[in-house]
Amino acid sequence: MSEVTTAKKKRVELLFAAFLLLVGIIVFVDASQLQVTYSQSDVIGPKTVPFVVGGILVVSAIALIITVLRGNLAEGEEGEDVDLNQPTDWKVILPLLGIFAVTILIINWAGWVISGTLLFFGTAVCLGSRRWVLTFLIALVVSLGSFYGFYVGLGIKLPAGILSGVL
Amino acid sequence: MDTFNLLMDGFASALTPMNLLFAFAGVMLGTAVGVLPGIGPAMAVALLLPVTYGMETSSALIMFAGIYYGGMYGGSTTSILLNTPGESATVITAIEGHKMAKAGRAAQALATAAIGSFIAGTIGTALLVTIAPFVVKFAVSIGDPSYFAIMVLALITVTAVLGSSKIRGFASLGLGLAIGLVGADPVTAQDRLTFGIPTLVDGLDIVVVAVAIFAIGEALWIAAHLRTTPAKTIPVGTPWMGKEDWKRSWKPWLRGTAFGFPFGALPAGGAEVPTFLSYVTEKKLSKHPEEFGHGAIEGVAGPEAANNASAAGTLTPMLALGLPTNATAAVMLAFLMMKGIQPGPLLFENEPELVWALIASLFIGNTLLLLINLPLAPMWAKLLKIPRPFLYAGILFFATLGAFSVNMQAMDLWMLLLIGLLGFALRRFGLPVLPLILGVIICPMAEVRLRKTFQLSNGDISGLWSEPLAVGIYILIAVLLSLPLWIALFRRLRGKPAVSEDAIAIDHIEVPSDEAGAGSNQPTNTSGLKGSDKK
Repeated sequence: MSEVTTAKKKRVELLFAAFLLLVGIIVFVDASQLQVTYSQSDVIGPKTVPFVVGGILVVSAIALIITVLRGNLAEGEEGEDVDLNQPTDWKVILPLLGIFAVTILIINWAGWVISGTLLFFGTAVCLGSRRWVLTFLIALVVSLGSFYGFYVGLGIKLPAGILSGVL
Repeated sequence: MDTFNLLMDGFASALTPMNLLFAFAGVMLGTAVGVLPGIGPAMAVALLLPVTYGMETSSALIMFAGIYYGGMYGGSTTSILLNTPGESATVITAIEGHKMAKAGRAAQALATAAIGSFIAGTIGTALLVTIAPFVVKFAVSIGDPSYFAIMVLALITVTAVLGSSKIRGFASLGLGLAIGLVGADPVTAQDRLTFGIPTLVDGLDIVVVAVAIFAIGEALWIAAHLRTTPAKTIPVGTPWMGKEDWKRSWKPWLRGTAFGFPFGALPAGGAEVPTFLSYVTEKKLSKHPEEFGHGAIEGVAGPEAANNASAAGTLTPMLALGLPTNATAAVMLAFLMMKGIQPGPLLFENEPELVWALIASLFIGNTLLLLINLPLAPMWAKLLKIPRPFLYAGILFFATLGAFSVNMQAMDLWMLLLIGLLGFALRRFGLPVLPLILGVIICPMAEVRLRKTFQLSNGDISGLWSEPLAVGIYILIAVLLSLPLWIALFRRLRGKPAVSEDAIAIDHIEVPSDEAGAGSNQPTNTSGLKGSDKK
């Protein structure tokens, strides 16, 4: 591995360690704002456990920073469809997250069938599916299928949204 | 015998035609989802939870038992045919199993895995039946300090003993505990880490967290590094075994079971250690040690049995103490809590018919699995060829569906996305997933025990070790944490004993085998399969 990518990897991982540190500090700050009223039945109060948790996070974050600076970098998780020789492909991830966010935003208004179709179709296309019609048909089938399957089979009513009355 | 009668009642309530249908559906669904590449047993179970939402509790239990065993067997199938361990416990199966498959013995590998799983699962569940009542009796007698110590032990072992990087393990544990803190404090009802968001007051739904970490995190991670040419699978006929295979398999099955169950049943569970021990033992005892590394059937039979027996063992602390020790048990606990069942010693007293129906369901699910999966293996193998965009879009879709249908709140989906991104980061930065998920579940339980402990001791810290059992457990924790030091010392004093070599190798086995797997995936694929890929 070239030195440039190692340096960059190091920086990204330090950023993650900083995130851990931040979470630890947030846990501390949040806990310190709790009110403690001493009572016989609750001697250690609501603060103790959050303080311990915050402590674990802060200590492990600092230890991680030291480890990373010493050059012990993380290995990404392996998997059958995972090619670790490629860097993270943001051109797939960002649109995919976008689709996901849009789905959540419209779910109450548009209902499950429309937002579910969008979610399946959108993410499949992001992941490289180019058979548009087939992808769309599958998306529609799983959305409709899950809507009716949940309704008829499980008695769970997913929101129909603007299609209520039609479905 | 009392236990026996209770179990028979359990069978009676589980063996109605309707429930058998649910068990059948559960096994089919569990295997179908578990066999999909990229889906481990825990994810399979988490994804299929919503199917049981609207069901009556006893039917949901029996279906869930089917899903549980189906998901696990599906994972083994994937390991053997694709060299893709869905979780660390099947890494060992993949080593020999995939070699066997490549040598044209996929049918035998699948058969020994299926029959071994069945035998180990049945013996394991029988042991669960025998042991659980004692554990319950014991659990009723121990107090809060010991309970707290046991929970600490469970967290420490998954964090410090099983993972390869302890620091990253503790970071993951810390994140999990922090997520577990979210919501109203159990004693004073003050909001913790809710940031003024009303829906967070009840805490994060464990189903949402599990689905986010397992399904969304994994799918995002794979999406970011998707192989352009997916690994090829090996076609397979109906699994069968010759006389010689039986002869070579039955002892490893039993030995694997003997390794697996105790490790699973201890609150320091995990299937990695017993599968590895079983592999090493079989290699030592085998008459064909030269075959190991090239597809030895003992190397599939033993670890597979150990894996399944350990899964059955895991149910002992899960049901009797309410303490999950692996990812699948964690999801199972979430499922039970969703159904309003609180596992623990009181469960056996208050709702014996439910517990025993569940245990009877495990026997039934396990048997159905064997009957269904042997003939259907070729069909499952076809599922491995599903186009990857559809597969991962499907995982995201069903994960969203599952998380949404818990409460029908868009807020849950934002949490799903957020924690999913955290799951992505865990995989990116080499943090193990298990400490986080157990941290989320155990944190609130452990806090309640801790506060009761101090209530009893009037705030005196010595209350923590006021019971002999608690003292013993803390000593055990200290020994476990200092284990690497002991091993180093031991080696220096006695040269290089074989035992410590093995113990050390457990830490490292995943790394080399994974690398070997990923490396050998591409170039060594059997040729001539490509034509059958597309129709």
